[in-house]
Amino acid sequence: MSDDSSARVERRSIEDASFRVVSARDSLPTRLRNLWDRRELLSSLIRSDVRIKYKNSALGIVWSMLTPTLFLAIYWLVFAKFLKNGIPNFVVYLFAGMVVWNMFNTSLSTATGVIVVRSGLVKKVSFPREILALANVGSATFYFFIQLCVFGLYLLIVRHAPDYSYFWLLPIAFLALYFFTAALAVVMSAITVYMRDMEHFILIILQLWFFLSPVVYSYEHSIAPQLHAHGLAWLYFLNPVTLIMLTFQRAFYVATVVHSTTPLVAGGHTFSLIKVLPSWPMSTYFYLDISLLAIMVALFLVAEVVFGRLQGNFESEL
Amino acid sequence: MATVIRVEGISKTFKIHHERHQSLKERLLHPRSGSTEVFDALADINFTVDTNETVGLVGHNGSGKSTLLKCICGVLQPTSGQIRIRGSLAALLELGAGFQPELSGRDNVYLYGAMLGFSKKMVDGIFDSVVDFSEIEQFIDTQVKFYSSGMYVRLAFAVAVNVDPDILVVDEVLAVGDERFQAKCIDRIRSFQDEGRSILFVTHNADQVRAICDRAIVLDGGRMIADGPTHESLRTFREHLMGTAQEHDRSGLLASISIDSITTPSGSFDVRSGAGMHFDVAISSQSAYSGNFIMEIFTRKGMLVSRSDAKGSPVNLTPGRNSVGIDLPQIPLLDGIYDINVGVVDPHGNTVIAWREQAASLQVTYDGREGGLVEMGATIHQQ
Repeated sequence: MSDDSSARVERRSIEDASFRVVSARDSLPTRLRNLWDRRELLSSLIRSDVRIKYKNSALGIVWSMLTPTLFLAIYWLVFAKFLKNGIPNFVVYLFAGMVVWNMFNTSLSTATGVIVVRSGLVKKVSFPREILALANVGSATFYFFIQLCVFGLYLLIVRHAPDYSYFWLLPIAFLALYFFTAALAVVMSAITVYMRDMEHFILIILQLWFFLSPVVYSYEHSIAPQLHAHGLAWLYFLNPVTLIMLTFQRAFYVATVVHSTTPLVAGGHTFSLIKVLPSWPMSTYFYLDISLLAIMVALFLVAEVVFGRLQGNFESEL
Repeated sequence: MATVIRVEGISKTFKIHHERHQSLKERLLHPRSGSTEVFDALADINFTVDTNETVGLVGHNGSGKSTLLKCICGVLQPTSGQIRIRGSLAALLELGAGFQPELSGRDNVYLYGAMLGFSKKMVDGIFDSVVDFSEIEQFIDTQVKFYSSGMYVRLAFAVAVNVDPDILVVDEVLAVGDERFQAKCIDRIRSFQDEGRSILFVTHNADQVRAICDRAIVLDGGRMIADGPTHESLRTFREHLMGTAQEHDRSGLLASISIDSITTPSGSFDVRSGAGMHFDVAISSQSAYSGNFIMEIFTRKGMLVSRSDAKGSPVNLTPGRNSVGIDLPQIPLLDGIYDINVGVVDPHGNTVIAWREQAASLQVTYDGREGGLVEMGATIHQQ
């Protein structure tokens, strides 16, 4: 008898449950809701991703800082010492840009091939497939925050004071970066299923992209004068990463105009002032960042739609 | 009874690329080459599964049963139609597909749970029973890459059945693990049935379906050819298999031999339990053939009571009418109706040449005190 009653309880709870629908094509709101429902899977995947990466290495999480530090040292040596770009405190400038770049770079280079790499899982277990790409963006975000902490530590050591009044802009800029990276990662992971070359192609694109972003040079100093002369400054800002980097650099590097460490000679005059960052007021940064964020959220939604279209044929391509 | 799975007009077509151009270079060089064939894996499938039902999905390889299952689990998107599912669903599709070899068994239990759609809190609650069921508590903190394949599957199965799903989907996984573990799995499936949950069970092993399911759906070439009580569906399945075998039979051997009738000397199939019986099977053949002969006895519920063959002495058929005799010296069965299937198979027992499903029904009467299926004649006394 007790068996009977427990079975009845079971049945009632089933009757209360609503139907989930599996159909040929899910609408965007359904897809987003599914994504939200599986957020715990996302965090599990991120955690396992981070864990696996350092599970068998002696230095563990230190590796996620060692490589960026090495690159930082090389860029500093090449641009500040050998090429004498004259920007004082160049490491701080570099660091602010590198933190942003590493997040973007790590996400895209790992997420692009992720659906192909984990095709075994994709063909057998049911979950929103883009979670795999988002998990890679998520673990890159984790490293981003670690690097940010190291950056903070470095600022303390060299006694460089960031401009705290700009800090409230950083979450906006970071979210814009996150959505942009996520959108690209989701779309690229789907495209790679159909064109396996993408895995290699993206690495070249990323190399190029690095130099199209103001990490190792100053936009205001090196690029702006030439572009402004032709009225083409907007072209450079088509790269969403630029604005995000400028925000980070403005908050951490602070000075927009600095005295050059190496006097420059041009047209017979000696210059000692370098314009490193745009001299926009805070409100301009805010409006630019907030509109960028809006565009990037929209871009992410577009990426979701594109992914939904592409994933229909995954099983015949994987 | 509430419906938990409602499959409405599901179709699935696959595009088969005869030449695969997956690299950029190939795509640019041959934009339109490489013929593509459209293959209908599933065509207009409709059925529902209620709570408290165990449904078997039967079909031979390539019949579309795994595709259908993947659609239900949400791994594949159907080309048209929709599936409505109520309650939580755990699929034992490919056990351990979600495992990360680098992580420990403990971490993988959580990861796999998350993949099946269960929260960390839920997995916390069942963790001990998972470890207990899988019998690998010693190795739970060892990296999964060091596990044997049996341990791997046991852990995955333990997670899937302990997360307390409303619907359990099982796809030929019972073939893994040793006999004791298999028995444990069947046990767990039975307790699921007792709790009034729904199970969808996919296999091409008819005996397993008979043992577990109360309803069976037969698929062939992506179409549903039967949906009903297990034994009826399985009969359709067998007859259909014979039909397709005859179509593919080049030598015409299958068409040349047929089982005409099965008779008894008295003309009646009623028998008292414990008595003997003799059957005459009339077989007409157009050519000479030497093969084995098989008789099966089933209960009305579709349980196999006995299967016997000619025991190494071949049945030699000559052109024309042949007669094969079956002697049952003593029938120990208890009260009930039993169905008899007879057939001619090749000497190795691999191919069915002629088959008669439910050729006769045996009506057994028994007035003793024993219960169950057979009379053992046990005597019980104090020593």
